[in-house]
Amino acid sequence: MEQNHSQTDSGQCPVSRRHFLKGAAGVISALALGACDAKKLEELMQKHFHEMSKEELARAIARLESEYAEKYKTAIKVDATGPMEHTLFGYALDLSRCIGCRRCVYACVKENNLPREPQIHWIRVLELDKEKGVDLAHANSYYDAETVPREGHFYMPVACQHCKHPPCVKSCPVSATWKEPDGIVVIDSNWCIGCRCCMAACPYGARHFNWADPQIPPNEINTNTHYLGNRPRYKGIVEKCSYCIQRTRQGLYPACVEICPVGARKFGNLLDPESEIRYAMETKRVFILKEELNTQPSFFYFYSL
Amino acid sequence: MRLSFSRELLISIANKESACCRIFSMNRQDQVITLIVILLVITFTCLSFFLFPNIGNTAEEKTIILPKLHKAAEENIAVPPPPFSEDIFPCSDCHGGRATNPQRRKLDEPHDNIVFEHDAQHRWCLDCHNATDRDKLHLANGTLVDFKESYILCGQCHGDKLRDWKVGVHGKRMGSWNGKKTYLLCVHCHNPHSPRFKPLQPLPPPVHLNKPKILSH
Repeated sequence: MEQNHSQTDSGQCPVSRRHFLKGAAGVISALALGACDAKKLEELMQKHFHEMSKEELARAIARLESEYAEKYKTAIKVDATGPMEHTLFGYALDLSRCIGCRRCVYACVKENNLPREPQIHWIRVLELDKEKGVDLAHANSYYDAETVPREGHFYMPVACQHCKHPPCVKSCPVSATWKEPDGIVVIDSNWCIGCRCCMAACPYGARHFNWADPQIPPNEINTNTHYLGNRPRYKGIVEKCSYCIQRTRQGLYPACVEICPVGARKFGNLLDPESEIRYAMETKRVFILKEELNTQPSFFYFYSL
Repeated sequence: MRLSFSRELLISIANKESACCRIFSMNRQDQVITLIVILLVITFTCLSFFLFPNIGNTAEEKTIILPKLHKAAEENIAVPPPPFSEDIFPCSDCHGGRATNPQRRKLDEPHDNIVFEHDAQHRWCLDCHNATDRDKLHLANGTLVDFKESYILCGQCHGDKLRDWKVGVHGKRMGSWNGKKTYLLCVHCHNPHSPRFKPLQPLPPPVHLNKPKILSH
């Protein structure tokens, strides 16, 4: 009897185990949320780029801008201009002209806020033997010479080929990379989880991983950036060429085209029959890198001689 | 009267009767009037081509005459001034009163820096520079060309390059891919006296932590 009595007593106890656990969970989560600031929470709750409304995107951009201003001590403009209508970007590189001077590599580094330490280059210039032709097994991208071009060699800069059928996009498990309607394959740096599947899938070695927090000298930062392009990136995510999206969507040539001292780089709208890129496609001998993979690049190599 | 006759003619055609047969069956006075009417119609038609030139395809043909590439070049392309060395232009400042010396020779100051390697066996100064108007160049046919348009001179021999340059495939374009752009003249990249593109020092190679042996030449 007594035992029974005591049982009913404990049953009437105001805090049951269930209630206690519920309360504890609530308190812990409230503490956890309180510990990280509102910005972190907002970052955590940010939706996929395609699912964000205009207001949500504007808020995300404002958050990024304040974050960058704090980190780099300069006002960085993050733009999110969409693709132009009736535009399909194409790129053509004249293999008869390229002398392998690497001006494009460093113009790209500067324009696109590439990490100086640990070093990432979106463009890799391959030195190839004229006798062997495009034989990637014997390509050397670490050549160093007094002057270029070296006797008996030709040069082939390789960056993202912005394929029509991009294997990297297929392989991304979280859809952090996709092909825009104007042909640019982009990455959302805030959505990438750093699994590096895309790097394994890309046959051109065009994707690069941030192994450490990217270091950029604050006075060398390009403050004109695009959300899907050259805005400063983070440790643990993948990055690659974006056809200078911040420039080309404003109608400008990419930085590598502007710097090339031999005029080997051609850029334009493939849908415009009067563009120089179409002229090169229609009248010159065109070479497609790893054409047999059917990735269908929008980056073409041609021979003007 | 003209109206009534043409109506008569129309009616005759509508009646599926040949106009010619009708004329033959007319009396002489009617025949004369009909012929005058036909002549008037023909003259008016001919005149109308001069009076109203925009009728029909004439206007369309006019726009097609202009070569497209040339038109585009005029509208959208800016070319920076030629890259003269300091104080060298106008040439007439020094050469104005002097007699020309067409002899092949070692050049004195201030032209002693010119290394001539442009088909040197066959060419000399006055093949491109003009002897009388010293501030101009001249084409093979004697036409004078401004230094700003030196590409016309280069294009005489290098026509394929000129064609590619005009559409933007040879040489460098800067500015906007869908709007205003800047071209460089041939002489901005090629020294006209020694046109072969000079080798450049490459920028540093990328860092390579574990350099595989196969890559070291």
